[in-house]
Amino acid sequence: MTTPDPAAWEPSDRELERRAVRRRMALRSRLIATLAVGAFLAVTLGAILASPGWPRVQETFFSWEHARDSFGEIWKGFWRYNVVIFLIAEPLILVLGLGLAVARQARSPWLTPVRGLAVVYTDLFRGVPTLLLVMLFGFGMPALQLQGVPNSGLFWAIVALVVSYAAYVAEVFRAGIESIHPSQLASADALGLSRGQAMRHVVVPQAVRRVIPPLLNDFVSLQKDTALVFVVGVLDAVWAAQDYGNYHFNYTPLVVVAVFFVVLTIPLARLTDWLQRRMAERERAGQR
Amino acid sequence: MTAPRAAGPTPGAVREPILEVRNLRKSYADKVVLADIDLTVSPGDVICLIGSSGSGKSTLLRCLNLLEDIDDGVVVFQGEEVSDPRCDRRAVRGRMGMVFQAYNLFPHLSVLDNITLAPRKVHRVGRVEAEGRAHELLERFGLADKAASHPDRLSGGQQQRVALVRALATRPALLLLDEITAALDPELVGDVLAIVRDLAEEGTTMVLATHEMTFAREVATSVCFLDAGRVLESGPPAQIFSAPREERTRQFLRRVLPPG
Repeated sequence: MTTPDPAAWEPSDRELERRAVRRRMALRSRLIATLAVGAFLAVTLGAILASPGWPRVQETFFSWEHARDSFGEIWKGFWRYNVVIFLIAEPLILVLGLGLAVARQARSPWLTPVRGLAVVYTDLFRGVPTLLLVMLFGFGMPALQLQGVPNSGLFWAIVALVVSYAAYVAEVFRAGIESIHPSQLASADALGLSRGQAMRHVVVPQAVRRVIPPLLNDFVSLQKDTALVFVVGVLDAVWAAQDYGNYHFNYTPLVVVAVFFVVLTIPLARLTDWLQRRMAERERAGQR
Repeated sequence: MTAPRAAGPTPGAVREPILEVRNLRKSYADKVVLADIDLTVSPGDVICLIGSSGSGKSTLLRCLNLLEDIDDGVVVFQGEEVSDPRCDRRAVRGRMGMVFQAYNLFPHLSVLDNITLAPRKVHRVGRVEAEGRAHELLERFGLADKAASHPDRLSGGQQQRVALVRALATRPALLLLDEITAALDPELVGDVLAIVRDLAEEGTTMVLATHEMTFAREVATSVCFLDAGRVLESGPPAQIFSAPREERTRQFLRRVLPPG
């Protein structure tokens, strides 16, 4: 049998016809999607804009002048506090959370106290409302007058967020670690890896890939909870918005600050989507 | 491609093929995996696809079950062109059964629930009836006591037999088997192949990719040798195994057939 040059292949008439059908089907899907979105927007916006209270709501929540005037203060508070707190706290949370999750998997008898401590830690700090932790740390710790650590409310508020979120993140990591099939540990054992090495090189890397979406949940939640620091007197974006609103009897700044938070979370969501897609393409080629 | 069967229907009777493949082509980006594939499967046929790893056997089966989109050619199943983008894939798959090399059982469901899932949710068979058929098949395949177990508790051979039962539970018109014994040790291979042999004798129509040459020689009505994505040679097993036309086929068989 002669093997014709693969490059010489020309799609058959049937294939060309099929491609045309696929294009038509894709076009039809896009058309339906556009219509559905348009109809949805028309109905919801129509209902809101036609409601009797809309002019008043627009005045108090969506005033252009107030948005413009409050923007500067909110911007300052947002970058100086909310973003900075998030950027400092998140890496610490990841490290502490992963540490707790791995400690919970320890099997050596010597490490029993560590394991117990990890369980108690999670139970305790996951159970206390984050707002209370921020207040307890923010007011209580400076009162101890410890030497060698800062006594600012900001510092202890960050500590409180780290302590609280590490408990959540530890459970997310644990779920990931426990979802790895035992056969993976068996083959690591068979290669002579120690339990710690198996965790480090085999189990945890796979677990982390699986838990990226719920981790993102906690990231976003933390971004929003950076607003809690205002209870210990840190003048962040939410405080700036409230301050402006109280002074001018207008709620528009609250909407502005809400938009800030949303805008901050979107790039992170797209980044994790991209990371996941890239890993899936690399590691699961052709597997379904 | 079709060969007369010893125990087949009256010779000369015109049998409408169950599956017809013409000029099938499949590529991933620039890599052409299958080209110019022609295949006709008539009721009662057992077609064995042989060839080295990477020759395209699995991809062909996945194309037949519409798990992969093809780049050219036509696949006609029971008189319907299933390669048409407008065709209802789920309806087509409801009439085909597929068994994978790695079993692909659902680990969170018991053996019984694995088997009755598709009959109940896709084919809308009642629970009692679906479980009745499942028990019947399990009994026949020597798994009667495993209905309540979870797949990970079973040996590889048992899991693969459950996968076969799962594929058969919906009474498919065509069974696709993708190297179903490749992950099993030789002792268990026998158990699974004995079942496939039984099915073949009952007249079940099958297309299977396999490395078991002895099995192919005994059970197949027709053997296709795939090489680099093309059907290099096909015909009744007696011809392919005893008097292959192509040098490449001879080479392959020399390496895989037991000496003597």
